[in-house]
Amino acid sequence: MERVGPAAGMTTKTDYEMVVGLEVHCQLATRTKLFCACGTDGFGETANTRVCPVCTGQPGTLPVLNKRAVELAFQAALALDCRLAEESVFARKNYFYPDLPKAYQISQYERPFSTDGGLDVALKDGRVKRVRIHRVHLEEDAGKLLHEIGSKRLDYSLVDFNRGGAPLIEIVSEPDLRSSEEAYAYLTALKEVLQHAGCSRCDMEKGEMRCDANVSLRARGRGELGTRAELKNLNSFKGVKDALEYEFRRQAALLDSGRRVVQETRLWDAQRQETRSMRSKEEAHDYRYFPDPDLAPLRAAPEWVAALKASLPELPAAKRQRFQSQHALSAYDASVLASDRELAEYFERALSGLPGGAKTLANLVINELLGKLNAEKMTAGRCPVPAESLGELARLVQAGTLSSKGAKDVLARMWESGKPAAVLVAELGVSQVSDDAQLRDWIEQALRAQPQAAADLKSGKERAIGSLVGVVMKLSKGKANPARVNVLIKEAVSR
Amino acid sequence: MRLHELSAARIAGGVRSGEFSAQEVLKAFLSRIERDEPRVRAFLALFGEQALEAARAVDAKRAAGDPLGALAGVPVALKDNILVKGVETTCASKILRGHRSAYDAHVVERLRAADAVPLGKTNMDEFAMGSSTENSAFFKTANPWDTGRVPGGSSGGSAAAVAAGFAPLALGSDTGGSIRQPAAFCGVVGLKPTYGLVSRYGLVAFASSLDQIGPLSRTVEDAALALSVIAGHDARDTTSATAAPEAALKSGRGLSGLRVGLPKEYFVSGLDAEVEKSVREAIAALERLGARAVEISLPHTRYALSSYYIIAPSEASSNLARFDGVRYGLRAGEAASLEQLYERTRGQGFGPEVKRRIMLGTYALSSGYYDAYYAKAQRVRTLIARDFERVFAESVDLIAAPTTPTPPFRLGEKLDDPLSMYLSDVFTIPSNMAGNASLSIPCGLTAGGLPIGLQLIGGRFKEGLLLGAARALEAERPFPRLEAAA
Repeated sequence: MERVGPAAGMTTKTDYEMVVGLEVHCQLATRTKLFCACGTDGFGETANTRVCPVCTGQPGTLPVLNKRAVELAFQAALALDCRLAEESVFARKNYFYPDLPKAYQISQYERPFSTDGGLDVALKDGRVKRVRIHRVHLEEDAGKLLHEIGSKRLDYSLVDFNRGGAPLIEIVSEPDLRSSEEAYAYLTALKEVLQHAGCSRCDMEKGEMRCDANVSLRARGRGELGTRAELKNLNSFKGVKDALEYEFRRQAALLDSGRRVVQETRLWDAQRQETRSMRSKEEAHDYRYFPDPDLAPLRAAPEWVAALKASLPELPAAKRQRFQSQHALSAYDASVLASDRELAEYFERALSGLPGGAKTLANLVINELLGKLNAEKMTAGRCPVPAESLGELARLVQAGTLSSKGAKDVLARMWESGKPAAVLVAELGVSQVSDDAQLRDWIEQALRAQPQAAADLKSGKERAIGSLVGVVMKLSKGKANPARVNVLIKEAVSR
Repeated sequence: MRLHELSAARIAGGVRSGEFSAQEVLKAFLSRIERDEPRVRAFLALFGEQALEAARAVDAKRAAGDPLGALAGVPVALKDNILVKGVETTCASKILRGHRSAYDAHVVERLRAADAVPLGKTNMDEFAMGSSTENSAFFKTANPWDTGRVPGGSSGGSAAAVAAGFAPLALGSDTGGSIRQPAAFCGVVGLKPTYGLVSRYGLVAFASSLDQIGPLSRTVEDAALALSVIAGHDARDTTSATAAPEAALKSGRGLSGLRVGLPKEYFVSGLDAEVEKSVREAIAALERLGARAVEISLPHTRYALSSYYIIAPSEASSNLARFDGVRYGLRAGEAASLEQLYERTRGQGFGPEVKRRIMLGTYALSSGYYDAYYAKAQRVRTLIARDFERVFAESVDLIAAPTTPTPPFRLGEKLDDPLSMYLSDVFTIPSNMAGNASLSIPCGLTAGGLPIGLQLIGGRFKEGLLLGAARALEAERPFPRLEAAA
């Protein structure tokens, strides 16, 4: 085992470029497993309560393909712009491990159901990068081994097959990623697309999205690829980023000192923040793939594929575009709102009946609501404030009845009580005064109280308006509509 | 009346009409078993109380006036790779000793629905690998015609049980001849249905693309009856055919006008003279009944055995990997590591022939060898299937040939010579490779009184045609029953 751990931001002799390809497993959002009728809701449930003779590999059992899983897998591939094979073949991947009840995993090998796709990834610097997808294939998940109960380490292992046989797609990218940030951005975009398409919930905490990375280094500008290491056990997007950065430093140090990178599988240890050799190329399994004789080739009729394509929901990239053009939102607002399907749907529901109010509503959603949702780890679909109520709140702000500060207070009460916006505005007495006569009365008092400021403003010192507005707000106990007050003060001093 | 001599069809009729009860029938067969089983040893387990309960239920159903099924009160022996809920299924292997099945196989469900009485589990070559039942991990079964000889295999227990009068009907499985070869050796009828006609759900897999469950019986009619009960689509086996069974079960028209192909590749040196004589006599009888015999050629026949011994072990190496000591069956104790647990469990649990085939298959599927072995064998398999398709499309309705190259051999004779044992299936393997319907019907005895089988091969889902022809032949040339011979 090597222990190379140079500090971050190390300088290297050569200017290296990182080349990364990712293999991502996502669990399809089906009710039942890939080859039997057991539920996929076994996460966190009592071990081995979602099992049957088929998914525990009892003698004499046979797999029956889950049609819904195939639909979702194909939709995922369509969302990733892949080419779909008219015929694909299930293959057995043979290896012994206690979490693999048949001692083979039903997967796809030589003939996956889809190839040659691509995903547009928005990078931090504003560029959009097309990452090519090599293939997407369908396979079953393995069970889970437990080596401890609570904090007690066992001198034996237990196996839970609740997850065994769950439907997965493996999405293999081309080695198109050039940095840990790009890898992070790719994963983010992938998750957005799959969630949007309804193919996977991609909940990493539940193991519904898992990632392996192939990483190699080469001198920047060179064409051929260096020797790669495969990194496993990357349990979060941050884990992927950290592991890639560690691996960059490790491989750079090796290459700088004239040594070689060995082709091997390395395990990421998130606690120690390092990768460790798991097995060398020589120790790699020979999986003895062969077509599974229990399953006929999977045939996809063109009409069926066309129907799936037609039923595919709008994807994030298209939605971002539409939010900008249709609702006149900024690129930033559009991308935040379109990143999550439930949030986008919530936004559009709230927006109906609020013509021209998109920006006001977007501000409310992004600046106020999203923080609350995130704090409660809640999705927009489960938001206690109905979309229609939030729309009403935005309408009150737009009409000047409510200040943005007032809207914030009302929203907090809406979250707790579920009462309509108008009722809460009255209850809280936060409705804004926009009546010009009342406002002019307060302004006259302010001009008298602050003659110097009034004089400064008159002579063109714009900043002087602040203290005048402040007096009006004080006189109105914060209820004066500040935008209108600004207009009326200017009118008053220019007379 | 000697109930144990009646056919399954006759028994079902008698039980339905109330001529005798299912319990009487069961008792008649149990007393035969009690008398001769120590000599034959066909059964790994007898259901006893469970069988009695099933027979009682049939009688109660009749007493209540409920209609009874096609196999009412018929005792059926089951090869020990067919699962029966709550009952031990061992595949005659130490690795599964003590393993009780969690569910009924599809065919067992069908038998129960037809009011049959599951009688017991029969001995077999371990995991159906063998041609003599000598590879059973538990004991050897004798051929009832000559207890110094093998009953054939791998469904040797089922064939011996039917021949000895322990059951009118048995189920076996046929991957390379494992129903037909023991049927020929034991002088009974054995049918290997078209691949996909009978669901494999609940059959412990040996080679998934070749395995088929089928009946062994004393009469052709009984084989047809049993097939009509167990055939048909099952959603739990996606290789089971959806539409075909109806056509397959349509009864054939006898022999008049049928063209019968005699493949020259099946009448070759190495074919025992007495077997050839008897088979040719049977063919002459077919002609007397109106069939026209034509010589044909199936040129890829000679590659069938070697490609079979790539494909079947390859699939087996994967199918048998699940017997790892983790979840059920044997687990070797005292393992210090996971590798040791696997090595010891499988080392102790599997017999030598099973190990040999697992190693063959593992090698054939290995990276770098896959194309040279497995992929090539699959291409050969396609050629073998095309041979059959061509002759059935162009020149013949069915094919007649010997089932086995020799009469039953002596216990121990081929045990140390796997290649010569493998040759025992040289005429049966091609039908599995092509997925064809095929049956063996007794066609004579050697001078020494040993049974000889005639094999009839049809195209896919041509069971009706085969059974019709076999029935006509059976009527023309009644086969001596063991009762009469003994």
